[in-house]
Amino acid sequence: MVEKKEHELIVSVSPHIKGEESVSRIMWSVNLALLPAFLMSLYYFGPRALLVTLLCIGAAVASEYIIQKSLKKDVTVSDGSAFLTGLLLGMNLPPGVPFYIPIVGSVVAIVITKQLFGGLGYNIFNPALIGRAFLLISWPKAMTIWSESTAAFVGLDAKTTATPLGILKEEGLGKLIEMFGDKINLYTQLFVGNRAGSLGETSVIALLLGAAYLLYRGYITWHIPLSFLATVGVLAWIFGGKSGLFTGDPLIHLLSGGLMLGAFFMATDYVTCPTVRKGQIIFGIGCGAITILIRLKGGFPEGVMFAILLMNCFAPMIDRSVKTKQFGAIKETKK
Amino acid sequence: MLKLATFERGIHPEEVKELTEASPIVKAALPKRVVIPLSQHTGAPAKPEVVIGDLVKRNQLIGSGQGFVSASVHASISGKVIAIGSFPHPSGRMIQSIVIEGDGKDEEMSLKETPDYLNLSADEIKALIKDAGIVGLGGAAFPTNVKLSPPKEKPIDTVILNGAECEPYLTADHRLMLEQPEGIVAGLKIIMKTLGVTKGYIGIENNKPDAIEAMKKAVSSEESAYSLLPTPYSIEVYPLKVKYPQGAEKMLINAIKDREVPSRGLPMDVGVVVQNVGTAFAVYEAVRYGKPLIERIVTVTGRGIKEPKNMMVRIGTLMSELIEQCGGFTDGAVKVIAGGPMMGFAQWSLDIPVLKGTSGILVLTEKDYVSSEEYLPCIRCGNCIDICPMGLNPSMLSILSEKGRYEEAKEYNLFDCFECGSCAYVCPSNRPIVQFMRLAKSMVKP
Ligand code: SF4
Ligand code: SF4
Repeated sequence: MVEKKEHELIVSVSPHIKGEESVSRIMWSVNLALLPAFLMSLYYFGPRALLVTLLCIGAAVASEYIIQKSLKKDVTVSDGSAFLTGLLLGMNLPPGVPFYIPIVGSVVAIVITKQLFGGLGYNIFNPALIGRAFLLISWPKAMTIWSESTAAFVGLDAKTTATPLGILKEEGLGKLIEMFGDKINLYTQLFVGNRAGSLGETSVIALLLGAAYLLYRGYITWHIPLSFLATVGVLAWIFGGKSGLFTGDPLIHLLSGGLMLGAFFMATDYVTCPTVRKGQIIFGIGCGAITILIRLKGGFPEGVMFAILLMNCFAPMIDRSVKTKQFGAIKETKK
Repeated sequence: MLKLATFERGIHPEEVKELTEASPIVKAALPKRVVIPLSQHTGAPAKPEVVIGDLVKRNQLIGSGQGFVSASVHASISGKVIAIGSFPHPSGRMIQSIVIEGDGKDEEMSLKETPDYLNLSADEIKALIKDAGIVGLGGAAFPTNVKLSPPKEKPIDTVILNGAECEPYLTADHRLMLEQPEGIVAGLKIIMKTLGVTKGYIGIENNKPDAIEAMKKAVSSEESAYSLLPTPYSIEVYPLKVKYPQGAEKMLINAIKDREVPSRGLPMDVGVVVQNVGTAFAVYEAVRYGKPLIERIVTVTGRGIKEPKNMMVRIGTLMSELIEQCGGFTDGAVKVIAGGPMMGFAQWSLDIPVLKGTSGILVLTEKDYVSSEEYLPCIRCGNCIDICPMGLNPSMLSILSEKGRYEEAKEYNLFDCFECGSCAYVCPSNRPIVQFMRLAKSMVKP
């Protein structure tokens, strides 16, 4: 018995046991964490939301499969990361986009941004965000037609309107409050997500629910979201007011646009953010500052997407310049 | 409750100590044959003192240490030397070894006891330890007498006994602390006296409350070696948080003394000498009874073993014999490891001897075993950075090594990595980070 086994012994380098984490487990957990926000998008934007999201996911998974097959690489669609890219792209699209838009966006995200850079782990930019940026630049009209949230499943012919951030930019806070009745109602509606916007970004509460799950599981840490949100809040308060410094409304900036989705689900993308926690704080601050810069001074009402993409470029550099807290680091003092 | 002492970061692998922690140490059957490598320790190999055909008795010197850092080896059974040559070693290499065919009589060479060992001088103690071929039993197998002879410019003020046993599965130290606590304390006092130190600690992970109790009792009752030490002296049993790698020297010192061994440095740089509890017991037996290191406790365990046991094993016994005595393999057994699951060596054969530093023989099954052959690119999740006890960046190091940029890896403190395996344990991409570390270390000068 003892002898018989010999030729079957497996020899490999230590450690010989491993924790349970795997790439696919993490990716599917993130997908799961987006479920509440996805359900809210169905609630507010109807079947159209389902259609757009499914198109994104389908196109993302299919293009990953096809490109991996044609490059003769292992097919990794089951790890959930292409699915996640598709889902995130869907959540970043307006509900009423024509159906070629999700498909083109997913192909750009997966083929160009991810696989041509070497696949998962090697891409510099967040694939879903590049997909969205490409769409926004190529079809600026279609990408900025916002349907009013209906919560009534009226579907395809929902009225179009502007997003709260758009109104804030063009007509000011007063108009926005007027539209929603009073300030409290404005905040409440933003919080639950009853407003125009991209599919998955509108419901703050649903996004926070998913984020709490990821924080609890340890799949994301507080470093990026907190520094990102805090920077936006503080800068909005300082510079966001019409009547001078320190008169801005931080809450409206925090609750509107794609900030929550971006801060918890897109800026935290492992591959494209710094790995060292201290560096992540720098990254988050950078994202926050650029977001506010674009929102207040730029040509677009929303800046989260470009902020994250810009900071993606800096992630490798941040990682090289921020050192981990080394055990037994020799102090530069002479004995 | 008081917060237990520990170090920063680290991991919590499944302990699986229940397989053997309640099993008293049993004597393994007298081996039919032993293979005793001349190199079982850090440092120069021993020089053979016997030739083929010689008859030897148990305890007899068969290889003597060469140079300052080296250790002697002794016959662990009586019989005839039948071969001296290269034989497989748990490290995976072929090592010069002496093979003794047993005569089944287990005749011993009588030992020189020292009942009044309390009056020995430090140099006499070190000589006895050296003659007995004692090395660290925790794994690294560094010659003990060398560790007890620090250079003058490194004053030592503390001795720590390592009873953490943080490797999952292993229970050899745990059982020893339960069954021989007085001997361990006596050994600690001998070590303290040799170093002229008055402060001693015994660090034990909190998952062994019975061992903590037993050691506390032994510390307070064991008065016999009192005169050994200058008064006032103190010995403290120190419960530690259960966390891997709590038993690594640097982590242990950090937890108990809050001192950080400097990068690339040794415990003596911060005035500490660490010894494993098993080593302390061996020191006691060597100094008191003149007993050479010819046997040790080995935990034969894992779900791949039918009857897991803690065994007192003669050095040089082949693993196959021990596995047989533990009922053989269960059906799913696929991997045999010398040592623990985190830092042990996987074996390709079972005709491999137990060494002085072999604390366990672990057999994993398909269910436990995770292949490290297939791995993915680093997804930069940062898990490894969060847990590396040395505060390194294993993600960066493994990528640099993978790309052949070894010199750059050195700048990221490659040589501070002691290959504890925690990073690979948490890596979702299943990257063989330890292998990358070893590769890089072998490619650049330290
Ligand atoms: S880098 Fe080295 S010291 Fe750090 S966790 Fe990995 S193996 Fe352990
Ligand atoms: S744990 Fe693995 S995947 Fe994560 S950063 Fe470290 S090496 Fe990369």
